[in-house]
Amino acid sequence: MAVATEPRPWTPDQPIIQLIDVHKSFGALEVLKGVSFSVKKGEVVCIIGPSGSGKSTLIRCINALVPVTSGTILVENIEVADPKLDKLALRRKVGMVFQQYNLFPHKTALQNVMMAPMHVLHQDRGEVEERARALMKKVRLTGKEHTYPGELSGGQQQRVAIARSLAMRPDVMLFDEVTAALDPETVKEVLFTIRELAEEGMTCMLVTHEMNFARDIADHVYFTDRGVIVEHGPPDTIFSAPRDPRTQEFLSQVL
Amino acid sequence: MDVIATWFKELYETTGLNFTVFYDPYDWNRYIHGVRMTVLLTVSTIMASLLIGVVGALLQSAPSRIVRGAVNGFVVLFRNTPPLVQIFFFYFGIGAILPAGQDQFGLRQPFIDNVEWAIIALSLFAGAFNVEIFRSGVEAVPKTTVEAAEALGYTRLKAYIYVILPLALRVCLPALNNNLVNLLKTTTLAYAIAVPETLYAVKQIWSESQNVFEMMLVLFVTYGLLVGILVWIMHRWEKSLRIPGYGR
Repeated sequence: MAVATEPRPWTPDQPIIQLIDVHKSFGALEVLKGVSFSVKKGEVVCIIGPSGSGKSTLIRCINALVPVTSGTILVENIEVADPKLDKLALRRKVGMVFQQYNLFPHKTALQNVMMAPMHVLHQDRGEVEERARALMKKVRLTGKEHTYPGELSGGQQQRVAIARSLAMRPDVMLFDEVTAALDPETVKEVLFTIRELAEEGMTCMLVTHEMNFARDIADHVYFTDRGVIVEHGPPDTIFSAPRDPRTQEFLSQVL
Repeated sequence: MDVIATWFKELYETTGLNFTVFYDPYDWNRYIHGVRMTVLLTVSTIMASLLIGVVGALLQSAPSRIVRGAVNGFVVLFRNTPPLVQIFFFYFGIGAILPAGQDQFGLRQPFIDNVEWAIIALSLFAGAFNVEIFRSGVEAVPKTTVEAAEALGYTRLKAYIYVILPLALRVCLPALNNNLVNLLKTTTLAYAIAVPETLYAVKQIWSESQNVFEMMLVLFVTYGLLVGILVWIMHRWEKSLRIPGYGR
């Protein structure tokens, strides 16, 4: 377990996310076997790799949904593995979007976007609503404000989920296979929204199976297999000239 | 009112069916007070038992093993013992041990009277069932939905209040409905510690007027109507909670 220390004040020239030798076991099964990397502010990072390689676990460790077994994770110099971690402080900085959207089904789209800032940050309702409407517009769902998640398509729900995360004004967005449950035609609209975010300078970390998208959008690509980072580099290098045989084999299957 | 009274008087004279409550103001008064007491018992025990259920189901997933154990112990104790025994236990058992004041004649005056003990005992009895009912609802809420709330910075308590409970409630309403109907009917047990609710009042009337059969009919109709009203309210509630595009 990492030693609890006072976080150094974070400045944008330091890595926004830093992992040092992160291990994670579920019982006897070790899913992360010493993962280290860092993400700079404004960078778009894609994690690719076969199923069961620990991609989702890795991304879920970063916002403390999954506690790590050992190693260090720093988000803006906040030690995520610290048992005395102020989870709210961490989760204000890190937004997350899930494969299954996970919207709150009993609330309308607009309410979904408004809930966390009101309940968690106790912000003024009028101001939150104004921002939520702007976010609905941003994800191109104007007119769907008062629709319930069950009445929206998968792609629309996923865009509401993105707006819901953005309402907390995070510094980093984590995307955990956000298009894996979608129809091919709705994948596009979600990827479009993510691309816009990335272009605006949002730091993004994506676990994805959309290889073309990863190649297109990423500044840096990590290929993981069986709990380790096998290879990483700029997308052109990884996709065009992978060095490791495991990367070559994986890419030959999916591309 | 006079028309009704005359009609029931005539009914008695012609057929011998003696519905005293409908023409004798004194009996009517007793009966109405009984119904009021039943409504008071029902409303207060429903409120209290719902609160117990909601809080109990939250504490069942508390991090502390002692808290979880205490909730489970409470549920086992009050679910596995007869409600009448519980009422006796509180009224005669606990009530006798508790310190009491004195009235103006120097007689023992307990701080908690029989009506209050009945409310306490019945709330705990129904509350134990409600804990289990709410738990079934809480367990039906997808873990991923709760995770989304966590990722947005919700604490366990806030996620319970704003996300888990509203969804759990919708799942467990039919079971809750059943338990609350049962609770209404179980309020008759307060009779045993002389709480003047409907059964008690009606029993007094029939022992004086010797009209057991007629008063039994009144009793059946009264409870039938009361339960009907409760079920109607619950169905309205269920309808108002329905979410477009969700679950059906």
